[in-house]
Amino acid sequence: MPTGRITITLEVNGTPRVIAVDPRTTLLDALRECLGLTGTKKGCDHGECGACTVLLDGRRINACLTLAVMQEGHRVTTIEGLASGAALHPVQTAFLAQDAFQCGFCTPGQILSAVGCIAEGRATTRETIREGMSGNLCRCSAYPEIVEAVFLAATQPGSP
Amino acid sequence: MSTLFGSSIKRREDPRLITGKGTFVDDVSLAGMVYAGILRSPYAHAKIKKIDATAARGLSGVLAVYTGADLTDALIPVPCAWNLPNADLKLPPHPHLAVEKVRYVGDGVAMVIAESRAIVRDALDLIDVDYEPLKAVVNPEAALKPGAPVLHADVAGNQAFKWVVAGGDADGAFAKAEVKVALTIKQNRLLPTAMEPRAAVASYNAGTGQLTLWATSQNPHIHRFLCSVMLKLPEHRVRIISPDVGGGFGSKIPAYADEALVAFASMKLGRPVKWTEDRSENYKATIHGRDHVQYVELCGTKAGQITGIRTTVYAGLGAYASTAGPGVPTILHGLMYSGAYTIPNIHGTIYGAYTTTTPVDAYRGAGRPEATYLIERLVDTFARELGADPVEVRRKNFIPQDKFPYTVATGITYDSGNYEGTLDKALGMLDYKGFRAEQAKALKQGRFLGVGVCTYTEICGLGPSQVAGAIGFGGGLYDSAIVRVYPTGMVRVYIGTKPHGQGEETTFAQIVADEFGYPVESVEIVSGDTDNTPQGWGTYGSRTTAVGGTAVKIAAQRVKEKAKKLAAHLLEANERDLEWKDGKFMVRGSPDKAKGFAELALMANVAWNMPAGLEPGLEATAFFDPSNFVYPFGAHLCTVEVDAETGQVKILRYIAVDDCGNVINPMIVDGQVHGGVIQGIGEALQEIAIYDDDGQLLTGTMMDYAVPKASQMPHLELARTVTPSPVNPMGVKGVGETGTIAAAATVVNAVCDALAPLGIRHIDKPLTPATVWAAIQRAKGGAA
Repeated sequence: MPTGRITITLEVNGTPRVIAVDPRTTLLDALRECLGLTGTKKGCDHGECGACTVLLDGRRINACLTLAVMQEGHRVTTIEGLASGAALHPVQTAFLAQDAFQCGFCTPGQILSAVGCIAEGRATTRETIREGMSGNLCRCSAYPEIVEAVFLAATQPGSP
Repeated sequence: MSTLFGSSIKRREDPRLITGKGTFVDDVSLAGMVYAGILRSPYAHAKIKKIDATAARGLSGVLAVYTGADLTDALIPVPCAWNLPNADLKLPPHPHLAVEKVRYVGDGVAMVIAESRAIVRDALDLIDVDYEPLKAVVNPEAALKPGAPVLHADVAGNQAFKWVVAGGDADGAFAKAEVKVALTIKQNRLLPTAMEPRAAVASYNAGTGQLTLWATSQNPHIHRFLCSVMLKLPEHRVRIISPDVGGGFGSKIPAYADEALVAFASMKLGRPVKWTEDRSENYKATIHGRDHVQYVELCGTKAGQITGIRTTVYAGLGAYASTAGPGVPTILHGLMYSGAYTIPNIHGTIYGAYTTTTPVDAYRGAGRPEATYLIERLVDTFARELGADPVEVRRKNFIPQDKFPYTVATGITYDSGNYEGTLDKALGMLDYKGFRAEQAKALKQGRFLGVGVCTYTEICGLGPSQVAGAIGFGGGLYDSAIVRVYPTGMVRVYIGTKPHGQGEETTFAQIVADEFGYPVESVEIVSGDTDNTPQGWGTYGSRTTAVGGTAVKIAAQRVKEKAKKLAAHLLEANERDLEWKDGKFMVRGSPDKAKGFAELALMANVAWNMPAGLEPGLEATAFFDPSNFVYPFGAHLCTVEVDAETGQVKILRYIAVDDCGNVINPMIVDGQVHGGVIQGIGEALQEIAIYDDDGQLLTGTMMDYAVPKASQMPHLELARTVTPSPVNPMGVKGVGETGTIAAAATVVNAVCDALAPLGIRHIDKPLTPATVWAAIQRAKGGAA
């Protein structure tokens, strides 16, 4: 059983963070347990639900499916770092406008996934959004509103 | 002045949830906290011959390992809280950790407490359990057959209960009926799958004797009550905090062994203890839903009048009776056998069976979807038998609008309804006749189109407490609110219900702000902490608004009445001469003589000048116990195309016209309907929890259990009619479960309609492509 800890640096929400982790620690656990960034959620820990979606160097990734030590030196954006000060990210604004969630547990992952989906150029129609967001489960089933929110964020002027 | 009631204002809970600032139980960390993990049985049914935890106990960082033997004197077994009367109910003990025997895959066997989650996992792997496997039984009907493996030594034949609902003379009706139809229906077992797994953080203070337990709970007061029993702690020293809760759908109602175990460990070790289930545990050890085998029949006249319904239902309870387990397939199911119709003769026999599976309890709809589905499938089958339009058969049998309140044959009284209204609206939205023509044309081209209709009503807004007592429910069903006005006029409302996604932080604030002439921002709703909220019974059974919301309304009215007395005193006017206008009490005819609510709040709280006999302060508590349940209803229509080559079902349109009485926030109601319908479509088309014959759960991950995804769901078309309930002053009903109650029947009716030309009468859900394809092959006489 591994017992040693490895010290790594992650750039989290624009700030370099130095943490010492058991090499088995996932990026998700490193964010939640070591850095206290509990906005990223653990819904399955197996890459099946998408609740832990964060941006890694601007691309969406399931934080439960990568080890923290593998991301040494990389940029991580979590829900806590998405807004610019008091100004919400356009995807956050769109989720508010469209009532795109109920219990809110999957929402951080949905929002980061939507930011990634839009950046990939896949959010062009409601159909492509449905497909592009299908890795993020929402048991409250706010899918109609989520799809509208992503569409709104992707198509409004000055969209990301 | 415009009101907030009826307005789609944005949700107050959203800003924290959208920025990652919500607090869910697993987000709670306490100084000195250690972690718990539970070793779970890999066998469905086995004797425990020996547990060797020596190696686990010796692992560095492990504080304790507990097994069933350590707990038998310390804890009261996990209680069932629905003591169903007149049913010969058998409630065998449910130990917190298995003693002698395990009874389902996931049954707890040992608990490890350690300094980190990783050490917990390592230690769990080091526990050596010697099992002697026994035969499993997973089907509730098979469990009651002679020779089936017996789970509990004191429950012969695994029969938990036999419960009968009867009204009129069903046997007589069937004996002289012109037309009879029968179906055998399997209600697929479902996994509630709240996105947030269950979690608990327990902190016991040995100095004060107080236990604080953060728990994922839909009903923290029920958890306080049951935890105090299980842990033998005085109830006033147990504090449950249920912060943001990431969905429940019924799965966070029950008292589980696990949360009490975590509290027990904190009491033993003097350290805060956290436990969070993983998704595999969630699927194995958090309750499941549905799981009936139903033999159902309907009789009627050639003219289409329904004269009777008879059922024999085998309901799987799982290995133990969960908190509300016995009440779901009986009270919440059998009493609804009349549906939206005047059916004079009803007889149902429901057997509860213990099976070597995860306990079954309330999952969204809880008993009513299983009732609606069997009725609506029978009505369609009846119409098919008559060669009549299923819409017209429904119309012929509706309880007429002018007959409410209406007592059905099962003995319950529906509060209000206008079933024709929702049906007509839905038919208009679809262009029903147009679709029938399109369907006929498509059939000539070899394409299979179908339309499904479901006209449901359901029982919710649970309920009068007197009825709760009579039906064996181990608690009250009133609810409560404290409306507290601060000196600056700001308002906090403490409620006994526990919203977890339904938006009552917004809708309840709308109620109070309207009452006080305030902007909604001045009112904050507080729920989930039993130390500051009044005794209440929680959020389930679509009761939060109809019962808890009414308590909020009444408390706010009491506050306002007091403010009015103070206003009259300060204005030196008679109370009778005051009117409430533009957010102020003013002397009628003298608009300059007025007192706004905020000023009255200050004057009441400082109490410098109170009228004789009026106490200082401005707050009120209300407990509202309704006189009846409420009965929302609606008409759902769905059109589908079935690909006969592949069995793939494509939903073309889904129309939901619901009537949940007056609506506080249409946006939130739409969200509830969307969510409910999609869960119901999931049940109809893709969700099923499957056990093999050895009791192994084959759908143990989210890759195997098909929770609906964004890409799989159709556009939904919603509309409403409004028939207020007379049961509460706001005229509201419930809407959290209607979609799930209606959708499965709607979709299956549509698919069976599409495939009727092939002679297919019924296919059990979920209608996966493989299932539908096989049914088509059988109908064609193929080899499938």
